[in-house]
Amino acid sequence: MSDDLDDLKAAMRAPAPDAETRATHLALAQKNFDRLQESGAQVRPSSNRPRSGLWTGVRQMLTTLTSRGGLTATTAIVAVALVTLTPIRDMVLPPVGPVLTPAPAPVEDLAEAEMAVQQDRPAQGMDNMARPQLAKRAAQPMSGAVATPMAAPTITPPMPRRDITLPEADSERFANAPGNPVHITAETPVSTFSIDVDTASYAVVRNALLNGALPEPDMVRIEEMVNYFPYDYAAPDGDAPFRPTVSVSPTPWNAGTQLVQIGIQGALPAVADRPPLNLVFLIDTSGSMDQPGKLPLLKQSFALMLGQLRDRDQVAIVTYAGSAGQVLEPTPASERATILAALNRLDAGGSTAGQAGLQQAYATAAAMAEEGEVSRVILATDGDFNVGLSDPAALKAFIAEQRDSGTYLSVLGFGRGNLDDAAMQALAQNGNGQAAYIDTLAEAQKVLVDQLTGALFAIADDVKIQVEFNPAVIAEYRLIGYETRALRREDFNNDAVDAGEIGAGHAVTALYEVTPVGSAAQLSDSLRYGAAPVGGTADELGFLRLRYKVPGGDKSVLIEQAIPAGAAQSEAGFAAAIAGFGQLLRGGTYLGDWGYGDAIALANAHKGADAYGYRGEAVQLMRLAQSLAAR
Amino acid sequence: MARVTGYEMRMDTGDESLARAAAAGDGRAFAVLLERRYDGLFGLAFRLTGSRAEAEDLTQDICAALPSKIARFDGRARFTTWLYRVAVNAAHDRRRRAASHARAAQGWGGWEIARRAADTETAEQVDWLIAAMAALPEDLRDTLALVLDDMPHREAAEVLGISEGTVSWRIFEAKKRLKTIRMQEDQA
Repeated sequence: MSDDLDDLKAAMRAPAPDAETRATHLALAQKNFDRLQESGAQVRPSSNRPRSGLWTGVRQMLTTLTSRGGLTATTAIVAVALVTLTPIRDMVLPPVGPVLTPAPAPVEDLAEAEMAVQQDRPAQGMDNMARPQLAKRAAQPMSGAVATPMAAPTITPPMPRRDITLPEADSERFANAPGNPVHITAETPVSTFSIDVDTASYAVVRNALLNGALPEPDMVRIEEMVNYFPYDYAAPDGDAPFRPTVSVSPTPWNAGTQLVQIGIQGALPAVADRPPLNLVFLIDTSGSMDQPGKLPLLKQSFALMLGQLRDRDQVAIVTYAGSAGQVLEPTPASERATILAALNRLDAGGSTAGQAGLQQAYATAAAMAEEGEVSRVILATDGDFNVGLSDPAALKAFIAEQRDSGTYLSVLGFGRGNLDDAAMQALAQNGNGQAAYIDTLAEAQKVLVDQLTGALFAIADDVKIQVEFNPAVIAEYRLIGYETRALRREDFNNDAVDAGEIGAGHAVTALYEVTPVGSAAQLSDSLRYGAAPVGGTADELGFLRLRYKVPGGDKSVLIEQAIPAGAAQSEAGFAAAIAGFGQLLRGGTYLGDWGYGDAIALANAHKGADAYGYRGEAVQLMRLAQSLAAR
Repeated sequence: MARVTGYEMRMDTGDESLARAAAAGDGRAFAVLLERRYDGLFGLAFRLTGSRAEAEDLTQDICAALPSKIARFDGRARFTTWLYRVAVNAAHDRRRRAASHARAAQGWGGWEIARRAADTETAEQVDWLIAAMAALPEDLRDTLALVLDDMPHREAAEVLGISEGTVSWRIFEAKKRLKTIRMQEDQA
């Protein structure tokens, strides 16, 4: 009998730890240790700006994650300010910095606190800024926005810190932020954000609904849902890369407000003239990709895309799993059989080592690049992308540097389960690329065939939008969506601040719900001791400013345009229906009794020609959501 | 070249005094201590999880959280005992998370279940003993993982917060079950 134990002992002799992993782990521990020691001294003013880059993405992961279950203790507010580093959820840091008083916080802050605590991402990505930011939010009893419609957190008396039990988390991460609040024009007349051409959120929402579950509110990024659909905006004239179209219509869900719809249509250069493309497919072949919805779908999707390429285009394939490797050297797209054979040989197995693969993919792209050509790395993963294991700041700098040298990065998500939506988004934003989520071959068709040109050829970089509302006409306004894309007012003119790109033929839509002065729908009361009535003419609703850079350029160009009051009154359209749908899914508080039925009616009324059937599908999804919500 | 302090010079400095120094904020002490104990920690993680990838993830979790945990090291237990308790708890935590993940997945269709099944298959490709160990109930398995690390029953008992007698019983029980598994396999 004792032999058994000896056998077992021999069998269970642990392999020596991998030297590199060991070094990474030790460095991680040390970094956390040092940060913990310093954290008291590092309280910085909050930047309420979740923008450019990986840091941001990681920070968003930390501050705004999918919530499940209930929050158990008010002391979590304190814990959030201090915890955030621990991947193991019932370990809570002892207080090392100044301790915040857990003042009774508004519900949305608790919800946010919960989200922050719930993440299980290793700590090294933590930006110290997140702490003061949370602390600040906790202290501000503001914002009419409610983050999630979950059960109100129970408030229990403070407990000893060590006894706080934190809720369970899964390994999916979604980047989101609490809904934008209503702003009072007289106080903050200017709204600034980066455009966003991602559509991943819509596909994730669709996947959830088709699987018979309402999506979690944090999966829903309204601007990505709205931007999923093509709209009939006027195309730009002449050499302009894009053209803004502004229209005003009654808000479907509120008789006392109006919707300002800003549409930006990118030019579609003659496709025949497009420069040759160098594409490097960076494919995740880790073990978790071995499922029908992942690697096989990925192979089919890329095969579809091959049909769109020209003979002068080149394709290379790099995989990452365990160790990175080039499985197809740069090959002209005309040799389709060779490329398809390489694709079909791909096989899932091993663990993920994203960063090494990324470096190799960029090196391959650099080797392929010639004057006048466009290079892009297309990362395809199920989200198991180890951005966090190495130094995220270095990775961010690396991607940004590659972007500046002309190689862009797009990210395609496949499958569900450990989809690291936040990291994907952060990577794509940093690489000036698009993040899309592919769950069906039809979606692959949309992203990789129908919209291939837009996805691969940027026509304008760092596109920022700034709207100044006229307080003489507009009392209050609210930007619908774009929560994760907000910019600070001063960032608009700062060319060093990164923003989104617009691809050839892309359209981007932003919606504001505005309350005219004197409307019964005004939420805030005017101040008794406020400033004297503001000057300014009453014939403009506001002023629209756009900044963009020519791809590869570093100086931005400004486009300005007044939004005339009363002009361009149109009927609320399909975009409004989708924005309303998104807000319903997020549990928005501004809709009154407007519900799924109204969204369906509105969407049906504005289906238009719907050549690709996207809008019809959206109506089906609304109907599904209606039934699921009624359960 | 890193600043050389007394810790490198005196490698005989005990774990416990290093840990207390680390608890008080001494980064060098922490580094020396973790460097010294990392391999053992990884070994335990491997035995607790049965696969290299899982063990690496678990070790990473522990390393990331250790700085905050160690501030609470009070020197009442041996450092390795304390560390292994942290590791066992972290392993429980991961399993709980995996379980809740699987539960959450049920509403989402079969993909997650398929993924977990695939993971299980991978695990089965390693030595049957590891697979058989994975089939043991958690408490038996954790106990075995510790004892296989040449840890005396008394100390394993301390790590797990159970009596020495219980450890001995669990080892006996685990061996019995492993034998049964082997017999079933031989007959099959």
